[in-house]
Amino acid sequence: MALKGRDILSMRDLSRSEILEVLKASRALIPVAEGRRSSRALEGRVLSLAFFEPSTRTRLSFETAAKRLGARTITIADPAASSMAKGESLSDTVRMLSCYADLIVLRHPNEGASRLAAQLSDRPVINAGDGAGQHPTQTLLDLATMEERFQTLAGLRVVLMGDLRYGRTVHSLAHALGLFGSELILSSPERLSLPEEVRRDLDQMGAKVTEQPDLEKALRGADVLYVTRIQKERFGDLTEYAKVSGSYRLDPGLLRNMKEKFAVMHPLPRVAEIPPEVDRSPHAVYFRQAFLAVPVRMALLSLILTGGVPPGGGG
Amino acid sequence: MPASKELRITPIRNGTVIDHIPSGLALEVLRILNVEALGKESTISVALHVRSQRMGWKDIVKVENMELSAQKANAIALIAPTATISIIRETKVREKHAVSLPERLVGILRCPNPNCITNQGEPVDSEFEVVRRRPLALRCVYCERSVEDFVPLLNR
Repeated sequence: MALKGRDILSMRDLSRSEILEVLKASRALIPVAEGRRSSRALEGRVLSLAFFEPSTRTRLSFETAAKRLGARTITIADPAASSMAKGESLSDTVRMLSCYADLIVLRHPNEGASRLAAQLSDRPVINAGDGAGQHPTQTLLDLATMEERFQTLAGLRVVLMGDLRYGRTVHSLAHALGLFGSELILSSPERLSLPEEVRRDLDQMGAKVTEQPDLEKALRGADVLYVTRIQKERFGDLTEYAKVSGSYRLDPGLLRNMKEKFAVMHPLPRVAEIPPEVDRSPHAVYFRQAFLAVPVRMALLSLILTGGVPPGGGG
Repeated sequence: MPASKELRITPIRNGTVIDHIPSGLALEVLRILNVEALGKESTISVALHVRSQRMGWKDIVKVENMELSAQKANAIALIAPTATISIIRETKVREKHAVSLPERLVGILRCPNPNCITNQGEPVDSEFEVVRRRPLALRCVYCERSVEDFVPLLNR
């Protein structure tokens, strides 16, 4: 019941037991997410999906999650066609949405937008990404993917690879993994290494963190490789971008000697970090990860709006 | 050698003395006090680079006919955590205390993140929480950006 009526704005707001509650509910809802069972748990509810920034996966998976549970959605998918284009403040837009819908899912280009929205809205707000800021439901589905594969989040050896500086979702993932006692191996070019403040936060939690820019060495004994996209816009000099992004490309040969359950994850969209031939490997779980977005978001909607999940997932 | 400190900084009858300001920060304290807004009746004395037993060197600011608001005291605590504030009435020190920083600072600093929602013209005050006291570190409640260099971010 802990999550009933709550806002989900940042992983910082969720305790260990609340995270586990979401993951448990998500597991129970997999048959509904797969369409093998149907549910009317949220029938009669109206959810507002307010996306003020382009998004494919996040918007569609929230929409799917809502519809699989029988809720209806009202959607802002194109900010240019909304009243924001007329210069309406986010504050006014949110007050209006909270009059119409039972819950607001917000994606916005400015960091902190969801926190502001939550202060103004009488209805719960879920942050579906605020600029380069928080994206807690992404972290939850990342954790769900690892938990499904390993039946635990404790004691995993997780290699975080790519852009660890600007990719903020990787920061909240690192925080959550630290919370569960997993070991982190950071593998990134120096200029894209984890920011000092995030590192300090992990050290304070007593998390085991090491740096190993050489991916082959980093992967020794690893359970998970979490790959992030290196963003072109972070580089002033495109030749340097080409050099760095080229060196952070997963060589399929590296997967040959990994443990049986070793998992390659990626929040998607990918560019060149993972070549398509890796898709056929039993270690590639990024499409399963994309699927788990649906039951995880169903779990959140259900827990926030009703305080529980329907018995047996369906009903 | 001047004969005494008193010759350099005149005592005041009514007002506030902000002492033990880290050397070099008196002008920032004046910025926080917003001297232009204090009115023409106030005399403000500033002493820069004064010998101090406790601190080596310090700055002092004295403002006549003004008692400091809590908001301004919080802002001073932020940049000059060693400062002490004395309220003077009829030339006697009536209150003396060290500045102290609250857990949350509302409307005192601007968030350094240009993309933060508090910098977009929305009707909202900036808000920071203290995440570490020594050395002082704050975090924006909205965008979660950490801040360690406050002086350029003070709201006027």
